[in-house]
Amino acid sequence: MLSAVLFSIGAATVLLRRNAIIVFMGVELMLNSANLAFVTFGRMAGDIDGQVIALFVMLVAAAEVVVGLAVITAVFRTRRSASVDDANLLKY
Amino acid sequence: MTALPTTLAAAGPGAVSAAASGAVQERAWLLVALPLAGAAVLLLGGRRLNRWGHWLAVAMSWSAFVWGVMLFASLHGQAPDDRSRTLHLFTWVPAGNFQLDAGLLLDPLSVAFVLMVTFVASLIHVYSVAYMEHDPDRRRFFAYMNLFVASMLLLVLADSYALLYVGWEGVGLASYLLIGFWNHNPDYAAAAKKAFVANRVGDLGLTVAIMIMFATFGGVTYTQVLSGVDGASEGTLTAIGLLLLLGACGKSAQFPLQSWLGDAMAGPTPVSALIHAATMVTAGVYLVVRSGPIYEAAGTAQLLVVIVGAVTLVFGAVVGCAKDDIKKALAASTMSQIGYMMLAAGLGPVGYVFAIFHLLAHGFFKAGMFLGAGSVMHGMDGCVDMRGFGRLGGVMKVTWLTFAAGWLAILGVPPFSGFFSKDKIIETAFATGDGARPWLVGSVALVGAGITAFYMSRLFFMTFHGGQRWARDSHPHESGLLMTVPMVVLALGSVGLGGALAFDDTFLNWLEPATGVAHEEDPVIAAAAVQGLTLALVAAGVALAWARYWRAEVPVTAPAGNPLTVAARKDLYQDQVNEVLLMQSGQYLTRSLVFVDNRGVDGVVRGTAAAIGGLAGRLRRWQTGFVRSYATSMTAGVIAVVLGVVAVRI
Repeated sequence: MLSAVLFSIGAATVLLRRNAIIVFMGVELMLNSANLAFVTFGRMAGDIDGQVIALFVMLVAAAEVVVGLAVITAVFRTRRSASVDDANLLKY
Repeated sequence: MTALPTTLAAAGPGAVSAAASGAVQERAWLLVALPLAGAAVLLLGGRRLNRWGHWLAVAMSWSAFVWGVMLFASLHGQAPDDRSRTLHLFTWVPAGNFQLDAGLLLDPLSVAFVLMVTFVASLIHVYSVAYMEHDPDRRRFFAYMNLFVASMLLLVLADSYALLYVGWEGVGLASYLLIGFWNHNPDYAAAAKKAFVANRVGDLGLTVAIMIMFATFGGVTYTQVLSGVDGASEGTLTAIGLLLLLGACGKSAQFPLQSWLGDAMAGPTPVSALIHAATMVTAGVYLVVRSGPIYEAAGTAQLLVVIVGAVTLVFGAVVGCAKDDIKKALAASTMSQIGYMMLAAGLGPVGYVFAIFHLLAHGFFKAGMFLGAGSVMHGMDGCVDMRGFGRLGGVMKVTWLTFAAGWLAILGVPPFSGFFSKDKIIETAFATGDGARPWLVGSVALVGAGITAFYMSRLFFMTFHGGQRWARDSHPHESGLLMTVPMVVLALGSVGLGGALAFDDTFLNWLEPATGVAHEEDPVIAAAAVQGLTLALVAAGVALAWARYWRAEVPVTAPAGNPLTVAARKDLYQDQVNEVLLMQSGQYLTRSLVFVDNRGVDGVVRGTAAAIGGLAGRLRRWQTGFVRSYATSMTAGVIAVVLGVVAVRI
């Protein structure tokens, strides 16, 4: 239940906020809510698969944070803005 | 030539030893090869042959004639039943089960043709040496003439329909090249194209006929086809007969494909004499006679041959009455005379003999008259309008005399050659069939003879008699010996050939092995009455022409004339009919096909491309570049999937 609420908050953050850092934080929130759900269901089922997967997710999220923050920094450096709406060059 | 059959008949077997005759026959391919070599040398030899090239062509033609005479003599030395011989030359198309050999068929019919073709061609070659003297392209002219002779000989000597077709196309090609010989004149070039296209229509019939023959009889040699006739159904034979008739109509300028012959007069006059009077245009008659057994087994096709002949014979005669161009009047007359031959060829074995007989006689007198017309044109500086002639008999005595011989021959005045052939055709027309048919066909032929007498006399009187209508300052003169001698020889043929061939039924007996035994039946009215009627009609025609074109003054400009005259001057609107029925509808068809192609076929292709392009243009609007809108659509998609899964579970 808590994980669903956290996931929704994270998703809303991603969709509604314009600042890339905040959006990024939303993404992290969604990942962690998913982790919470994994661990919870793993405990309910009585095995450790859920915990193992949560550990993997954390690992991948750490790598993702590195790449994501680097991208955001690079974009900010060139465009003087951290808004996701300004970075709209990849279009038709 | 005139006395040839009888003298050789007298000389007979003793003159030619058996071994020599075999060798002569085995080398019959030389007949085709000699003129062909002449054509090749002249065409490839270039300018250095200009001085003597024409004599080479003349020599080739004469040597073909000499070989033809030897061939005739050797065949004549054999028993009548052995006179048909097939010569295997080489394997032509070896394709699996389909074996086609090129071979020559020597039999009385083909040899009769060979003699006529080579003799008339050789005379006309001699004539042309003088006639074309001032033409810069004389060498090319003679090359084409030799090519024509070679093709014509191949046509008549072929032992299969396929090889005949080669010669058939060869003469068509030579005809095209020679009609358009002066192709710097667009009208002449157009006339050549017209002849070619009209011939192509006929050739289509011949092509399809050959295909049906192959499908039905498994081969296309005369032997295979004509011996297989008994086993084939009448429907197939009728189809073959009609298609062959179509081919014959194209080549022989028979109704409804006759329109090209008048325009074909654009060629030099020797060409008109050789190709469009004496030889090539009679190839259709040869084809029908050669395919005799097919027509005998298919009554409908045979009847149609008669009808085509009858219609053309009247058609040509009517047109001939109105033409003022001397060559076009002669062309109309040719058409009409070939109509006679066609009619005879549709009357069964008796008719075949007389068709070929008339063909030979016609070859002589019509070629003679054409050469006469050429001589007149030569003397009158190329003028062809008969209204500008008149009283030329006095200044061109030889031309006048030779033309008179041809004129009397075509009229059928005894004892000139036309009498023996044409009267026999009329009699046979009265004797064949039952019910109203002999009456109908016979009277058409009879009336045709009367009209022929009128228009030929008109031509003769307008040119050589009556008042002088040419200007004082033009100096008509007799042509040189090179031109007059061939004319004299042909005139002698017009006088004596008929009698010589008809004497003691020589020609009839000669052709019998090739055409089948002829049973002459009695005409519905007595033969003497038919002859009397014919001569009376001919006399009436001549008298009418005399009153109108000799005694009366002929106006220099053509009078308006009655509707029939006006129509006849325009070839009875044949060109217009062709234009409306065939050309315009053909153009309409091509236009509509182009329209369908542009709008239909191209439309589908281009439409598909345009639709995909447009769709892509719409779809790429989705790529806004806004990350959050992508995220929204992803979320919406995920939610939709989840809802879907849940919905399925529940």
